[in-house]
Amino acid sequence: MTDYSLLTRPAHELAEMLRAGDVTSEELTSLHLEQIEATNLTLNAFLVVDADGALAAARAVDARRAAGEELGPLAGVPIAIKDNFCTRDLPTTCGSRMLEGWVPPYDATIITRLREAGLVILGKTNMDEFAMGSSTETSAFGPTRNPWDTDRIPGGSGGGSSAAVAGFLAPLAVGSDTGGSIRQPGAVTGTVGVKPTYGGVSRYGVVAMASSLDQPGPVARTVLDAALLHEVMAGHDPMDSTSINQPVPELVEAARALDVSGMRIGVVKELGGEGYDEAVEERFLAAVQLLRDAGAEVIEVSCPNFTYALSAYYLIHPAEVSSNLARFDAMRYGLRLGDDGTNGAEAVTSITRGEGFGREVKRRLIIGTHALSSGYHDQYYGSAQKVRTLVARDFDAAFELCDVLVSPTTPTPAFKIGERMNDPMAMYKADLCTIPSNLAGNAAASFPIGVSEEGLPIGLQVMAPPLKDDRLYRVGGWLELVMEETWGGALLRQMKPLPETKAVFS
Amino acid sequence: MALTADDVARLAGLARLHLSEAECAALAPELDIILSSVKQVSEVARADIPLMTHALPLTNVMRADVVTPSLTPQQALAGAPAEEDGRFRVPQILGEES
Repeated sequence: MTDYSLLTRPAHELAEMLRAGDVTSEELTSLHLEQIEATNLTLNAFLVVDADGALAAARAVDARRAAGEELGPLAGVPIAIKDNFCTRDLPTTCGSRMLEGWVPPYDATIITRLREAGLVILGKTNMDEFAMGSSTETSAFGPTRNPWDTDRIPGGSGGGSSAAVAGFLAPLAVGSDTGGSIRQPGAVTGTVGVKPTYGGVSRYGVVAMASSLDQPGPVARTVLDAALLHEVMAGHDPMDSTSINQPVPELVEAARALDVSGMRIGVVKELGGEGYDEAVEERFLAAVQLLRDAGAEVIEVSCPNFTYALSAYYLIHPAEVSSNLARFDAMRYGLRLGDDGTNGAEAVTSITRGEGFGREVKRRLIIGTHALSSGYHDQYYGSAQKVRTLVARDFDAAFELCDVLVSPTTPTPAFKIGERMNDPMAMYKADLCTIPSNLAGNAAASFPIGVSEEGLPIGLQVMAPPLKDDRLYRVGGWLELVMEETWGGALLRQMKPLPETKAVFS
Repeated sequence: MALTADDVARLAGLARLHLSEAECAALAPELDIILSSVKQVSEVARADIPLMTHALPLTNVMRADVVTPSLTPQQALAGAPAEEDGRFRVPQILGEES
């Protein structure tokens, strides 16, 4: 008999069952493929599903286990991959027409590590085009829907991964976070999303958007699951020149510590107030009170330059984008249009980019080109880089006083699909709280802390100094324990199930 | 100074991005709103503040100059929009006037 409650189990429990021989990876993989089949038409979380490849990988792991081989802690657990990670056997489109159908000739380092650790890749998940967006609506292949309310966005750019995990299509996923693309989707889908310290996880083979900000990380339903996946992903990679060559902190141990007493926790004054939803502020303050009750020392800190972080980001980011996306020139891979013998190479490049890129990518290419152009460079790009210094200094000063900082992850719960598409500045504000950590390169994560009156999930962001990623898990693990006691189980139990879902709670 | 449709067309040219006149006209006011919102960075960017270009202090990373496995020509060409004789085929590079 098929046990559909396996779909709602945390990855660490599934891993335990696999080890104990209570279930095989093939069974788990089939179950998730069945759930994807049932719900993906509604959610559009996956762009490509690799049923045959996943089942073959699952059988291979089962065989290795049967042969008595020593396997990694997540061996046999299925996983979903954001579509900007290069996979040599699956298309990698970044949600863009520009790369429709493109199959990379190599695997990203993270993909190699996942395969070696025995994780089973189910398919590739939808995202905002080239990760530019906060709602997964700018994907050329249609928006992804939030399983909590299918009229609403699942966050972005990693909305496919967050929807897949929240909707029980996959127990785990990987994402990439440039301005909040792992954390904000985590917050609005009631899941856990972690942006490691910049350089903590290899970027090799992750399609570059803004190289000084991009950072891959784990997407999961529980804090321990995220820590286990983070440990598989993390560690030095000689193929990424910004990869940190230092030991990875003990993340799983921190997730299991379940103790925040004596921790100094800073509440960032600037990340709240006007523009923040009442329910978000209420849930946030309630969570902070719980931390205080548990013996943490809660301090209000001021980071005055965070006010300028959003502006700096929307100059630095497009500037790097306009440079990185120059590689899509219609010559070596991807789309080529207008090559009819009358157009020269430059015209073909221009025609292809004009047709192949969507509106938001075009906006940012123009902004970036403007910000870098002669006469404006100092005023825009130079000033933004100075603000980056100021933001990093604010963090340095705050981390003198505190072990971690906390804030809401995003100012509002999930908004409706279409609501912000014609108002770029409103869309950009979804990343207000998450951007500072990308600018400074430190570690940050979002953890679920409840729902609004309309029943939409709300997240709390924890920010830790560079290389202190373990502190995120320490706070997150404790919060999850206490929150689940008050909720009577995982937050996702409060989600109204999709009519077509196979997933049930035991 | 507001960004005009002509400015957008000029920038699109620099970015090798073909935009129709209608697109330039539609993008100009949107981009103008974004630029006027983000220009507040100059309010705090005093002369004595150093630029931060990267999240980490970057140093050059070197490796030994040894041959390592790499893509075969077939693999490298696998995603090419057009190939000829085991090479990338590209449109003419020099314009007729040159």
